[in-house]
Parts: sequence; structure tokens; C-alpha cells
Amino acid sequence: MNIVVCIKQVPSSETKIRVSSETGRVDTSEVEWVINPYDEYALETALRLREAQGSGAITALTLGPERSRAVLRTALAMGCDSAVHVQDEAFEGADALSVGRALAAAVKRDSFDLVLCGKQAIDDDQALVPQALAHFLGIPHVAVVPEVEPTDGGLIAHREVEGATELVKVGLPCLVTIQKGKFEPRYPTLKLMMAAKRKEIPVLGLADLGLDVAAVTRGVENLGDRLPPGRKPGVKLEGEPAELARELVTRLHEEAKVL
Amino acid sequence: MSGVLVLAEHREGALRDASFETMAAGRQLAEALGTDLSAVLLGGTPEMAQLVADRGVKVRHARHELLAAFNSEAYQRALVALVQELASDAVLMPHSSFGNDLGPSLAVALGCGAVSDCIGFEKTDAGLKVTRGMYASKLHAEVLVPELPLVAMVRQSEFKQAGPGDGGAVEAWDPGPALAEPLRTRFISVEEVPTTGIDITKADVVIAVGRGVKEEANIAAVRELADSLGAVLAGSRPVIDAGWLEKERQVGSSGKTVKPKLYIALGISGAFQHVAGMKGAETIVAVNKDPHAPIFGVAHYGIVDDLLKVVPVLRQKLVEAK
Repeated sequence: MNIVVCIKQVPSSETKIRVSSETGRVDTSEVEWVINPYDEYALETALRLREAQGSGAITALTLGPERSRAVLRTALAMGCDSAVHVQDEAFEGADALSVGRALAAAVKRDSFDLVLCGKQAIDDDQALVPQALAHFLGIPHVAVVPEVEPTDGGLIAHREVEGATELVKVGLPCLVTIQKGKFEPRYPTLKLMMAAKRKEIPVLGLADLGLDVAAVTRGVENLGDRLPPGRKPGVKLEGEPAELARELVTRLHEEAKVL
Repeated sequence: MSGVLVLAEHREGALRDASFETMAAGRQLAEALGTDLSAVLLGGTPEMAQLVADRGVKVRHARHELLAAFNSEAYQRALVALVQELASDAVLMPHSSFGNDLGPSLAVALGCGAVSDCIGFEKTDAGLKVTRGMYASKLHAEVLVPELPLVAMVRQSEFKQAGPGDGGAVEAWDPGPALAEPLRTRFISVEEVPTTGIDITKADVVIAVGRGVKEEANIAAVRELADSLGAVLAGSRPVIDAGWLEKERQVGSSGKTVKPKLYIALGISGAFQHVAGMKGAETIVAVNKDPHAPIFGVAHYGIVDDLLKVVPVLRQKLVEAK
């Protein structure tokens, strides 16, 4: 089974998010960049599928600026066989539809059976690109899946729904978006890290994908980012734990009248 | 073009609350656009259709074997046909696992814009302005949708459920040839989490524990606190994922939504996925070591301290106060 895993470089979840007063957008100047955590689960899922089946190639694919090549190196060091970087200034500000279209053009360059993506990127939290990618590849998709099982000619996806799990059977080729499951992503090994540094990573621009600037749309445009409005703050209780506990019980009893 | 269309979500024979919340969002959007609101139910029962109609909207109800259980391919094809027939301005659905699977591909199939995790709609001269969450809702983004139609996934627990209204009606709708072609994905079954009979949504007092509990052994102290209060024990996602509490005790957008009289959050940072499941509580108490934890933004009473220090003394004071 040949698997393509789409990954994105995002600010670490530990990063303090600031809005730039100049641009009105997120200030990324002091950000620590990492692989989107859900994409790490997708990589781990791909590696485990291959281990279980004993064969198949795994390609990591990203679309982003120069700096995002780092996530491809990490993916190679985790055990992917090859990596492809879609990079073109034309993608600045592109909407999910255009990103899906461009990724589809990159995926189609080789034969594939399965495309895995993280269920969403933790920066924009859009959860739109994978489904757009599936559409442009003309393949079915299943979203929010912590676990997949290979079966005759396809997969059984354990789809997470609120408070339950749905089992869905889907034929190959298909696309699955991965939710955190029971396996933590593996760490890169030193040996693979050394090998990853030496691997060629092809860079594909718009023209290499057979697309022109008209393929990049901005149908939905971001006007600006802002911190959510603060709510009226509650009462902060301070002091020694025993005092705090007494005061809380009193307030819950007399003020909130819930005890 | 006319109308805002809300898709009612159901699972295992019941409508989800998020359907009614999305109807409330749909009403806000319909008012902003100066158009009317209607709903669609794919699969489901006549009783469900009537429940939606009782909110004062016209409901188109499509019954077809391929629509019986949620299937994003089948639902997408049916909705494309309906949106084109009605020339809808917008299609709204919950930002749930279901909406996340369906909404984006519906938008691509319709060739229109999609906005996920929506929390507000406003009409401007340049077009429709939608507010949505980003960075785990640490930020809000305002996005402009210059052209309609739009597919919008509405954040769960953000809007109050639409109340009853007059003038609703159910009308059968036939998706026609939209479902003629075979589907490539097939629903097999739903595995409900093994039940222990606990229903955290029915409790008056919920004590929820999060990552701050550090290790499984520390849950015992929290359980004692819950027992002394007659409260039900619940948890945030990290604790459930670690297997320290049963899945049916999970509070949040991927678990249960609770609205108890008293909610005590212990060592829970308050990511919006958790807050979505508990902000309807009448009184919220938060204990967390991090003074900047977002949970303090929704708590009525906040204690900045280690829950492991607070829990034993709080239990003692509660017992004394009885």
C-alpha cells in the first residue's frame, strides 16, 4: 500500500499567541515551528500500516514557505521514504480550496492507495483542506478517525463521533483524516535523522503542478485576528488551602446557594 | 437566491442538541441577510421532523435507505441537489464530527466557500462577515465571504437552542436521482462506549478532573471529594485518553455537555473543547496552578493552587459544613 501523508508546519501549541498591531494578524516572528500534532498521528498511522503489511512506500507532502521543509526532514527521520515540498509565493493567503487543489496535483504525480492527513491544523483550525483534497483526487474520505484497520480492498475506519465510535468501510484509494488515537508518534532515530539530511526533497511550484495563478483563489478572506472578548472575571480566592476551602464553601452556600 | 438552510443532525434515533443550536445560529444569519430560515432532515423519523418544525420552521424531510445513517457521500449528494433546487444563500450544520466530515466536501461540490467553527454572522457592505475560532479559540478571526452561497459549520454550545415557534411545517422531499449512483463509503455500525450506567448529564453537581491530577493514583482523592458532595465524577479529554476514567465521564465537545447547578473543574486548563461542554453550568469553580489558565475566564470562583493541595481540605470543610 503506497501512502501519502500531508503535513503542515504550525506554531507549537505552547507558543503564546499574539496579534500584531501592524498587520492585525497573528504575529509569528517569535514562534517555535513544529509539525501539526494531528499530522504526527497521521504519520504514525502510516508507519504502523506499513509495518503491519510489510511493504509499501510512504511519502510526506507539505505546502508552505521555505521554513516548512523542516517538517519534511522530521517526517523522513520518523521513517517516511520520500518527501515533496510544494512551495510557491502564489499560495500566500490561498483558501482551503486552492490548497486542496494544489496538493491533489502533487499527490497525482505518483500512484497511491491511501492519503492520510491530520484532522485539522492547530493554527487555523479549519479542518477543510483534507476534504477538498479528496474531492480533487476524486476519492472518498472519512474524517476524524483515531484508528484504521486494513480489510479486503479497503479500510475499516473507526470514526470518532461525540460520545461513540462509528465503523465505516471505505474502498481504496481513499483519504482519511486522523484524530489522536492510542499510539503516540514515534521519535526520529539518529540513524534516520542522518539519512534524512542527505535526502533530496523535490520542490514543486505552481507551474510544476500544471496549475496557473487562476487556480489559487481567496474565496474566503481573513479580515483580521483578535483576542476573544474577555468575560466578566469571577472571584479569585487567595490564601492558604484551608482558608480557601472554607471561604469557597461559605460562598457556595451563601452567595451561589448551590450547597 | 433565497434562504438559510439548516441541516438537523441525528444519531441512533435522536436529534442532537446541536441541531437546535445551529437553528438559532441560522436565525441570526437569516436576519442578517434579510431572508428566511428553513431546515432539512436527511433520514431520521417523522417525530424528529416534527420536533424541528415545532421551532417554527419549514422542514424538508428526505427518507431514503442510503440516508438512514450518517454517510457524508450520500448526505452531500442529497444536499447539493436541495441547495441547487432552493438556490439557498447558506447551509448551516453543527461543527461536530458529522459536520466536519460533510461540510467541507459539500462546499467543494457546490464550488462555494466554507467556514468552520463559526460563532457569529454579520452583514457588511463588502459581504457577509463571519467570526470563527482559531488556535484552539485563543483567537477569533473575522472572515469575509464576498459571495454566497456559504457552507458554515457552527460551533457547538455557542448558541442557545432555538425556542418553539409558530408556522412550522414538515414537507416530504425526494432527493431523486442524486442517490442513484452507488456509494464508496458504507456505514457498518455505531459502537456505543461500554456503559456503566453513569449519566453525568443528569447530576446536580459535577466534579471534573484534568491533566493537573498528574497521575491515576491521585484520582482517588477527587473521587472521595465527589462522594462526600454526592457529586458525579467527570474528566477532560487527557484523563479519559489516559484511561483513568471511563469515556462516558468525558466533558467537552467530543464527550458530553453538562449543565449542573455546580461544576468544579480541578486541574483543567479550559481549552474551548472542554468549555463547550460545561459553560452552561449555573456555578463554576476552577482550581488550577496556572493563573493564566483560560478556565478562569468562565469560572465564577477561581483558586490558583495545586488541586492536590486543595482537594483534601475542601473535602474536610464540606463534611464539617454538613
